[in-house]
Amino acid sequence: MTQTAEAPLTPPPMLDERVVRKSPLARLLARPEAGALAGAIVVYVFFFIIAPSFRYAVSFSSVLYVTSVFGLMVTPVALLMIGGEFDLSAGVAVTSSALCASLFSYEFTVNVWVGVLVALALSLFIGFANGWIVVKTGISSFLVTLGTFFMLQGINIALTQTITNQVASPNISNIAGFSSAQKVFASSFTVAGVNIRITIVYWIVFVLIATWILLRTRYGNWIFSVGGSPQSARAVGVPVGKMKIALFMAVGFMAWFTGMHTLFEFNTIQSANGIGNEFVYIIAAVVGGCLLTGGYGSAVGAAIGVLIFGMVEQGIIYAGWNPDWFQFFVGLLLLGAILLNTAIRKRAESAR
Amino acid sequence: MTSTTENTRDGTAAPPLVRLTNAGKRYGSIIALTDITLEVGAGEVTCVLGDNGAGKSTLIKIIAGLHQPSTGTYEVEGERVEFNSPREALERGIATVYQDLAVVPLMPVWRNFFLGAEVRKGPRLDIPFMKKTCKEELLAMGIDLRDVDQPIGTLSGGERQCVAISRAVHFGAKVLILDEPTAALGVKQSGVVLKYIIQARERGLGVIFITHNPHHAYPVGDRFLLLNRGRSIGYFEKGQITRDELTGLMAGGAELEALSHELESAGGAAAEAGHEMEEEVQELGITPGAESDASVGHD
Repeated sequence: MTQTAEAPLTPPPMLDERVVRKSPLARLLARPEAGALAGAIVVYVFFFIIAPSFRYAVSFSSVLYVTSVFGLMVTPVALLMIGGEFDLSAGVAVTSSALCASLFSYEFTVNVWVGVLVALALSLFIGFANGWIVVKTGISSFLVTLGTFFMLQGINIALTQTITNQVASPNISNIAGFSSAQKVFASSFTVAGVNIRITIVYWIVFVLIATWILLRTRYGNWIFSVGGSPQSARAVGVPVGKMKIALFMAVGFMAWFTGMHTLFEFNTIQSANGIGNEFVYIIAAVVGGCLLTGGYGSAVGAAIGVLIFGMVEQGIIYAGWNPDWFQFFVGLLLLGAILLNTAIRKRAESAR
Repeated sequence: MTSTTENTRDGTAAPPLVRLTNAGKRYGSIIALTDITLEVGAGEVTCVLGDNGAGKSTLIKIIAGLHQPSTGTYEVEGERVEFNSPREALERGIATVYQDLAVVPLMPVWRNFFLGAEVRKGPRLDIPFMKKTCKEELLAMGIDLRDVDQPIGTLSGGERQCVAISRAVHFGAKVLILDEPTAALGVKQSGVVLKYIIQARERGLGVIFITHNPHHAYPVGDRFLLLNRGRSIGYFEKGQITRDELTGLMAGGAELEALSHELESAGGAAAEAGHEMEEEVQELGITPGAESDASVGHD
């Protein structure tokens, strides 16, 4: 009663006297990114102390480069995970796309841009097929994409072998259109004497777009709802199937984008590339606070997750350790992140 | 006191919002529902009572537009309809609030409220407007939330149902189908939901209230449809039946009596329970004979 009478006196209408103004720190902790951010700071400080060469801007630029190449894929994989699905074929799909563009341009001797577009169509189709099978059959995406993972892996290696008699695609650097494509997908520029790879820019842009979609458009609402409770979403008219297929296709699109970067960076593609990367994407998303069961997470969190991954990978090299330890640390990171996320999510859910 | 006849609403000439006439549903060789007649008008609550497996879910699915009746007719405001999806039913103002499917727990209250019908400014969500509207609509229903940004999973079960109800009302529902809204709730929370059902009725909505609890149905209902094994075992106006008769019919007098005999013959504590149950059965006046008497009153 009293607060309805007093309501006009308080200028911002959304405030309620029963809501204690939380400190900025408490509000930050309630966000999905919180755990990842804390982890990123710890990892950064750790390598900053232990590896002197890690401190240089040049080193950090290369950390960011490694991060961005993975990060391009982590962003849609995180959205897909928030939407309640997995894509285990995401790693090899990058290679499939790159091989497709490369072999198509080379074998038909056409401008590489033609190959690039064919690869885009293929990647979108792979995403669509994954999504369509998952939606139509209701089979877990874990199983469906495990199947496509092996299929793509087999196609990548076998088809490359059949066409080129080698395990890698031929060098396409002297085919028409290569230099312009390289400018788009694999160039770099210099800021204050530090070389910045263009993928870093793309990565940040895509993370921002994904964040905007998630939080400021209805599609974002729908992504959270199809992951959080598909039946509820369907009951209020959200096109659950279309949304999931769109998310798989977004993974396909970014697989194409990443594949094009790899292709124009190295001119040639190893057909066995990309195996295992799907786990990196999923780990980064989970470390970044995305819930494995869907319905919760953020693109920024996943970006921080992949930054941790990049820092650890490069940090171990700068620290002069045996790189074989890398896998161990990634596993440790994942386990720690899951424990931390579980605790944080429980707090977020009970936080009033 | 409550059982005094008040059929004043029936005096109006307007056709009921929803009317099912002799509706039935078969799934292949399985007959899920036979010969069901039911109606609900504006400002009325029609209660559908029945135990598990009585055919309540099938009935909801027909009214909500998920299924079409195999036999009989379905009319909305006097006009015959054949819905192919819940969306079409929704367009005619028939909204269903499911017991567990109402909300996405991890999403904020306001996002849940507008899910599937987001208000936009160009491509962007109009977040301040939606938060404000959500808070106001909930307040109109008597739910005073501290913060519409909290995940809806942090609300109590009753509050969650009410958010779903007020959402349906906000988006222009004329008829609300409530699927066991009180089933998973405690006594107090059930009371809260019943209050909102009355509130919805006062606002001129038709409510179809599905429940297996006659004590929840009787105080709010204007009509009662009792289902058993896919058939109607009674369709009453409020004035035609007392709470005890309703309870007795719901319990299925004969079955209850058989159960009490069974318990008594088991001896010991079970016999004691059986005896108590028999007393209860007699108190309620539910014997096989009484049940058939009550069925006569069905029109």
